[in-house]
Amino acid sequence: MKLLNTKSKGVLLGPLNKNNPITVQVLGICSALAVTAKLEPSLVMGISVIVIMALSNVIISLLRNTIPNRIRIIVQLVVIASLVTIVSEFLKAFAYDVSAQLSVYIGLIITNCILMGRLEAFAMSNRPWESLLDGVGNGIGYAWILVAVGFFRELLGSGSLLGIQIIPEALYEFGYVNNGLMMMPPMALILVACIIWVQRAKNKDLQEEQH
Amino acid sequence: MNNFRKLVDKIKPNFLPGGKFEKLHSTFDAIETFLFVPNTTSKSGTHIHDAVDSKRTMIVVVIALIPALLFGMYNVGFQHYNAIGQPEIGFWSMFWYGFLAVLPIVIVSYVVGLSIEFAGGQIRKEEVQEGFLVTGMLIPLIVPVDTPLWMIAVATAFSVIFAKEVFGGTGMNIFNVALVARAFLFFAYPQSMSGDKVWIRTGETFGLGGGSVVDGFSGATPLGQVSTATTANVDVVNMFGEQYSLMDTIIGLMPGSIGETSIIAIGIGALILLITKVANWKVMLSVFAGGIFAGLIFNQFGPETASANLPWFMHITLGGFAFGAVFMATDPVTSSRTETGKWIYGFLIGVLAIVIRVLNPGYAEGMMLAILLMNIFAPLIDFYVVDANIKKRLKRVKVTTSERVNK
Repeated sequence: MKLLNTKSKGVLLGPLNKNNPITVQVLGICSALAVTAKLEPSLVMGISVIVIMALSNVIISLLRNTIPNRIRIIVQLVVIASLVTIVSEFLKAFAYDVSAQLSVYIGLIITNCILMGRLEAFAMSNRPWESLLDGVGNGIGYAWILVAVGFFRELLGSGSLLGIQIIPEALYEFGYVNNGLMMMPPMALILVACIIWVQRAKNKDLQEEQH
Repeated sequence: MNNFRKLVDKIKPNFLPGGKFEKLHSTFDAIETFLFVPNTTSKSGTHIHDAVDSKRTMIVVVIALIPALLFGMYNVGFQHYNAIGQPEIGFWSMFWYGFLAVLPIVIVSYVVGLSIEFAGGQIRKEEVQEGFLVTGMLIPLIVPVDTPLWMIAVATAFSVIFAKEVFGGTGMNIFNVALVARAFLFFAYPQSMSGDKVWIRTGETFGLGGGSVVDGFSGATPLGQVSTATTANVDVVNMFGEQYSLMDTIIGLMPGSIGETSIIAIGIGALILLITKVANWKVMLSVFAGGIFAGLIFNQFGPETASANLPWFMHITLGGFAFGAVFMATDPVTSSRTETGKWIYGFLIGVLAIVIRVLNPGYAEGMMLAILLMNIFAPLIDFYVVDANIKKRLKRVKVTTSERVNK
């Protein structure tokens, strides 16, 4: 028995590249700018979004036939908000430093457009298993961009990765200086733009028509 | 010269389609057209030819920059030998020291920028465009002399790729490329671009100069002194605490970015640009008008701080104001295109530069940010100028038609 048929595979893997929530749909940009100055918070943020997205997708998918259509947004928000609160409390208890660094942005996952978008567009009309795959796929699609941006920003901006010094001391004595611009939000935007650039150069069907 | 032409002709087939180095056609074409006037003529239609093409325009700007460059070199040596207590060493030694200190920056800026331009032209299979000739000269003139060369290289690469090539190359950029390089350096490596340690080179250069600085030495730029002053009035002083007169600030033997200090050298450049009509006099004039206007306002009604009380004429002569007004604001690509728009664009640059200087204690100099900000607004200004013109003419049409109906 195959674990994933073709459709499920597309649901899971599509958001990683051709249907990426950040680089193609341009959703969730604010958090991508705000938390990616260091690699660790980007990782934690990415994982939190994967968990919340997968669970909320499954829950809404299970409830989809019982939710009255008029109040569906409220129900979706209640589900997301409860999950976000659980994750936020969990981080405060077990990873306080990171939680402090992420500050309001964990709470703001509630307003992350990607979550509402997937619930409305996918979970409301699909079965739980596909919804789970869709949630995980979009979560990973979001997370890998964050991690890639966080990787370069911490490496070039602080000379370290996950707080461990990577760029050797000898280089600093030689005159190397960390790039302060990398620590500022605009550079996250430019790095995301670089990812978009590479992605579109490789995928012909993502390119707009030339005039 | 004839032999050289023959040599170029001899190797030319290698670069044409089907030749051995077909892929390097853009590179060859750029060098050939740089060395010789192209002999190709248009094949169809009517064409109006002018003696001015963009290569010639660029070269005029580079020539206009030469006085500022030469003076900058001399000033670097002058500041250095005064700082180490050997002011009697003579003009040529000072110039030679400055020449050796500045030349590597010019070379790095050109090599990095031109390699990216050539690579870009090659990849897009287009002719290499000549826009970098000016940018490559502007970048060395707007940085402190002690900026490490690798930083110049990184900043040049960043600005050429992200401010120019991604927008489509020469003539398509939204921001002034040289200023983007400067802004990149300013925000990425603030410790090398501000403060009072970077403006005067105190180390030795290729074995020349070097030594310990004399007692009481301070390398702060005049505007740096003004922005860090704690009293409401401050006298700008040189490195030994002697006050600068207005004439000193016009001659420009003071610490600062390499090309920005001398009003006289910049003035010669401005004359060249205006006589050849390469730069637009409206933009240049209105930048100065805006600066003087804002300076006067702050002198009269400003807060009781040293920078607000700095006389308006000193705001014009100190720092990068004049350099920015003459060489940066007038960039035809990034400034407004409409004639009315040019007045608005220039005036706002002048006002904003002084506003940033006076009201933001974090930035001693406001010219860079003012020009970059107005670069963004230039298309908007043009849009409203054109829109206003259309409305005005539509009204005229309505009047005449209604008159006709009444008859």
